[in-house]
Amino acid sequence: MSAANLTGPRTLFRKIWDAHVIADLGDGFSLLQVDRHVVHDMGGRSFLGLKSRGLALRHPELTFATADHAIPTSPDTDWSSYSNPYLENLREGVKRNGFKFFEPGKPGSGVVHVVTPEQGIALPGCTLACGDSHTCTVGALGAMAWGVGQSELLHILATQTSVQQQAKTMRIVIEGVLSRAVTAKDMILHIVRKVGASGARGCAVEFAGTAISAMPMEGRFTICNMATEMGARFGLIAPDEVTLAYLEGRPYAPAGDLWRQALAQWRNLRSDEDAVFDSELRFDVSEIQPQISWGTSPDHVIGINEVVPDPQDEADASKRERMMAALDYIGIEAGHPLIGTRIDNVFIGSCTNARISDLRSAASIVKGRSVAPHVEAWIVPGSFDVKSQAEREGLDRTFIDAGFQWRNAGCSMCGGMGDLSREKVAPGKRIVSTTNRSFVGRQGPGSRTHLASPAMAAAAAIAGCIVDVRDFGATA
Amino acid sequence: MKPLIRIEGVAAPLLIDDINTDMIAPTRPRAGMTSGKMAEKEFDPAALFAPLRYLSDGTENPDFILNRPAFRTAKILVAGRNFGCGSSREQAVWLLADFGIECIIAPSFGGIFFDSCFKNGILPVVLPEENVRALAADAQQAASMLVDVEARRIHSGAFMRNFDLPEFRRAALIAGVDDIEMTLRRDAELKQFVARDRLERPWIYLRTGAQ
Repeated sequence: MSAANLTGPRTLFRKIWDAHVIADLGDGFSLLQVDRHVVHDMGGRSFLGLKSRGLALRHPELTFATADHAIPTSPDTDWSSYSNPYLENLREGVKRNGFKFFEPGKPGSGVVHVVTPEQGIALPGCTLACGDSHTCTVGALGAMAWGVGQSELLHILATQTSVQQQAKTMRIVIEGVLSRAVTAKDMILHIVRKVGASGARGCAVEFAGTAISAMPMEGRFTICNMATEMGARFGLIAPDEVTLAYLEGRPYAPAGDLWRQALAQWRNLRSDEDAVFDSELRFDVSEIQPQISWGTSPDHVIGINEVVPDPQDEADASKRERMMAALDYIGIEAGHPLIGTRIDNVFIGSCTNARISDLRSAASIVKGRSVAPHVEAWIVPGSFDVKSQAEREGLDRTFIDAGFQWRNAGCSMCGGMGDLSREKVAPGKRIVSTTNRSFVGRQGPGSRTHLASPAMAAAAAIAGCIVDVRDFGATA
Repeated sequence: MKPLIRIEGVAAPLLIDDINTDMIAPTRPRAGMTSGKMAEKEFDPAALFAPLRYLSDGTENPDFILNRPAFRTAKILVAGRNFGCGSSREQAVWLLADFGIECIIAPSFGGIFFDSCFKNGILPVVLPEENVRALAADAQQAASMLVDVEARRIHSGAFMRNFDLPEFRRAALIAGVDDIEMTLRRDAELKQFVARDRLERPWIYLRTGAQ
């Protein structure tokens, strides 16, 4: 299983795997080289471990950092004086070990999984690790990217390697043309619902098919971002011309001769015709509606025109119990549609949906309208650069004029940790959020989350309740 | 890390599927902490399973398994499918280790959580669902179980079953060896790989200082 198989047909995942094996540890495990290691503010504590063990950062030139989880996103933040203990630890680690840190409030900074592709740090065929479960996001570039815990993060700092198990491979082939106002987010919410929260557990999932090849790069990040919500360890999309056009000219992407050399390799970076996957699933997405989550697991999802499922119809006793607990927590009734459910907050942001195309999509719904008076609605761009681009396009005016808060980049309310956990949803409050997890207490203790696309979230902010974005004249 | 050779003690059944790490460790960064006081591994022992362990008024939920007197010293957890899914937060593992858990038996685990267990003195064991159910039934009686890491075998009453554990992991657990130390012993191999790969994929190796 783990021995290099360099002659037979191979999957994209296997090709990247084989190119990074330093040592075979047996039983399907290998010691792999990590090409890019990205650290965020919560990982700053690992530098304490490096220091206490008297270890050096092995490859500072392959290590990058950004602060996103615990920093404030208030536009009034004065970065010349702001600090917090996590940020201080990270800055101290940068000072001692000398690697690139994108200081918050400066160009290049932002949410780690938005920053790594934007800066050309993540590349096709590379291995990339980060202490965050949504690292699979950047697999959309044809990279093998995975999340690690803090102890493994320390291991990578010290060795630039990681022990990994050869994952089972799954191909998800997605065909069809999305109908009006249905986005990449709706597509992946639909797929997570069908596959289940553990349906791809431990797998390397390659997304393929005409719906993927027709999708712009930013939508592909949204797709791979939620691979972890099916239990997958890796999400990948083979690089194509869309990928290459996206990467060319980015600050840390190769240039000149190196770019041409890289291209020659990247153009062959795809699963061979006759490569065998451990499992394969097919979806036709032409018929799907805008999607929204109703419960406390990311697979608790319905189309906006459906009713909330009844636990009594669920045969599996364990699932039934969890559905009942979810309904109780979220405070909705089975058998009814979600449309018309009053909401308190809207959050448009996160590594799932805070790129420029997401903000454009939300702005197209918002333009000329106003946020409902009882709703607190936030726009939190994915990065400093996304924010600047949006401001050049005047999207900030659209949002501010409508009554949204136009904020700085960061994770903010997604995990309820922004500004040392001050940026969160109040207990019992209901939010439509463009994030990826609807877990109990995820966005703050007692918070009730409904996951949706940026357009759906924008429409909900205006209506003050859950609505079908297609009733808002959406064209996107 | 202390060696993990035989784990013997009370097992607590917690057969709920998809228990995520936000539920195991609903911990968040707090204001008012200073960086000088920050430890490499920060956690609040009281946070373990907080949504299940406490009632809405903050008092202990007497029905929650780990609050019942017989299970307060549990060393083994018998859990449902996909245990530890969700966020990478390692606090979930630290809190369980702090409670005294040394082994978790489940039909499947969240991947990052699974890996982090080995680095914190917890052995995660994957067994088929029917075995997990049988063990959970034994555990309900607050029965003592034995997990023999060396032999890769679980004993509970008359029940006995072998489990999978890769040899390199078994050796590391028994010896209590630190994984960083183990990898750094391969220093020559690490250097060799980079030297060769630099020629194959020169664009990967950014110049020091070029950042």
